[in-house]
Amino acid sequence: MRKNMWMALALAVILPTMLFAISCAKKQVETGTQAPEPVAQQQVEQPVVAPVDNADEKARMEAERLQAQEAERARMAARNAFVNEDVYFEFDSSALLPMAQELLKQKADYLRAMPGLNVSIEGHCDERGTDAYNMALGERRAESAKAFLVNLGISASRLNTISYGEERPADFGHNEEAWAKNRRAHFAVY
Amino acid sequence: MNAIRVIVGLFCMLAMLWIPPNLSAEIKYLDLTNPFIRKIPMAVPVFKAMGPMAAESAQVVAFANNLQSMLEFSGYFKMLDRDSFLYDSQRSGIDDQSIQFSNWTAVGAELLITGGVQVQGDDMAVELRLFDTFKAKLLVGKRYRGQVGDQRTVARRFSAEVLKALTGNPGFYDSRLAFVSNGSGNKEIFTCDFDGANVQRLTDKRSITSFPAWSSDGKHLAFTSFVNGPSQIFILNLKNRQETNVRYKGVQIAPEWVPGRFELSATLSFAGDQEIYMLTGNGKMIKRLTNSRGIDVGATWSPDGKKIAFVSKRSGRPQIYIKEISTGRVHRVTFEGRYNTQPCWSPKGDMIAYSSMGQGEINIVVIDVEGNNPVQLTRNQGDNEAPSWSPDGSLIAFSSTREGKPRIYVMTAFGTDQRRLLMMPGEQSHPKWSPNIPY
Repeated sequence: MRKNMWMALALAVILPTMLFAISCAKKQVETGTQAPEPVAQQQVEQPVVAPVDNADEKARMEAERLQAQEAERARMAARNAFVNEDVYFEFDSSALLPMAQELLKQKADYLRAMPGLNVSIEGHCDERGTDAYNMALGERRAESAKAFLVNLGISASRLNTISYGEERPADFGHNEEAWAKNRRAHFAVY
Repeated sequence: MNAIRVIVGLFCMLAMLWIPPNLSAEIKYLDLTNPFIRKIPMAVPVFKAMGPMAAESAQVVAFANNLQSMLEFSGYFKMLDRDSFLYDSQRSGIDDQSIQFSNWTAVGAELLITGGVQVQGDDMAVELRLFDTFKAKLLVGKRYRGQVGDQRTVARRFSAEVLKALTGNPGFYDSRLAFVSNGSGNKEIFTCDFDGANVQRLTDKRSITSFPAWSSDGKHLAFTSFVNGPSQIFILNLKNRQETNVRYKGVQIAPEWVPGRFELSATLSFAGDQEIYMLTGNGKMIKRLTNSRGIDVGATWSPDGKKIAFVSKRSGRPQIYIKEISTGRVHRVTFEGRYNTQPCWSPKGDMIAYSSMGQGEINIVVIDVEGNNPVQLTRNQGDNEAPSWSPDGSLIAFSSTREGKPRIYVMTAFGTDQRRLLMMPGEQSHPKWSPNIPY
């Protein structure tokens, strides 16, 4: 979140100042009376976008920019996968299926790569069954996902659990396909 | 809430006078233990306008209808069509001296209720009598004084007198129901009268709020809400509106009050496993009640407060068990079906209602506390869940999807007379019947 905000902030500052600089330059040509103040300001605040006249330097920067973009894309993809891929369970069960264990190993890798990240594991149930029992079952699902990650070396203090029982289905359908999607542990990032 | 206070205030002004009937105590008109109970034919003619100017004419029909539907709600009576009556309410007398009982036995009425209403300004006087037409005998006679607008309170009061005279138990006429509705966009707790009238919203948590539970004196209501993040138990004093919340890590589910005490049970998981604990009415720990690996949830107390019935997964599937608190002895109650939850102990103490999942639907079942004779009360009508007994044990409220969205329904304890309690926006669930709370 914080990194995104800085980027947005930087863009917000860079774009208007560039536009301002361009329009001022034109005015300078037309009127020749404007003080060079805006240019000075631009140089002080944004040394990064200082004029580039060397072609090699330009290419290198472009490559760096693409690389950074690619890294950012990969980072977002990993984060999205972490948040969007739910761990699924069988009916009335909080046991981790082999597929669920594979997914949790990937999540553990991600958590190891992001040591500052704290997550909330939400336990959910399908609409079948009754809600007091499902509140308990949802908690057991979240707790079994947490226990698995702790066994893989992730600090328990980074993993909060919460049960929503059957209150927040991912799919509002009333069939096995929907129920299968709703019996899940979901990872939410603060 | 102002409306409730006004009603309470008005009721205090209702003076009640006893017209002594010649009723011997041992007469029992209704045997409540018989599941194939025959409905008693009852006649409730339009009440008589007693004032000199007949200013009551505007309300005598609605008043009689009100009383009739309240009595009919019990499931004990078959109400006879007024068109068949050989009786002119406004010209005939309403007491046993002036009633032609043969006119009533001729149309098949075994019980007759007559009423007279007199209005003077804002004051209202009402006379109501219940007769046994075959014995030509007065069973109950009452005179009420109140104000215009107290008709519903009078009807509730007299209905309770009628049921008490006929069954020995005043029924459920001073009870209310709490339930969950999501009509506002969030699940909130609502209350209504026993018959679905006077719906009021009790909570405004704007979160998932559920599991209402009345204390046995009707003064407190516990519930759960996600308003602070995870599901937490709240205890609301209904009189002064003060609220306490229970602070333990992990889930807090399904509070249930101990009969006759300011204590409640709830499922908590702060120790890792979901177990049932007993707390004070202020949320302080008293003791742990269950101790077995796996889910233990949803306790319901025996009326004497000595035992709990609860749901446990100790056998691998959710089933209902009973635990005696003093000895710790546990026995399993349900063996039929693979998913039996939501136990609710009957007020008489002999039965447990619960919901059972099988063949793709959930249905209400009652079983005796020894685990014998399970009787399925609903079938082929969608999912039917969360049974709750009326305070006299004669009715069961539950939620059902029989008409699509989950709504609240009521039936007799034998599964007859199933009907929807109320119609309001959104989905309704978790009906919880209060004790009789005079109001």
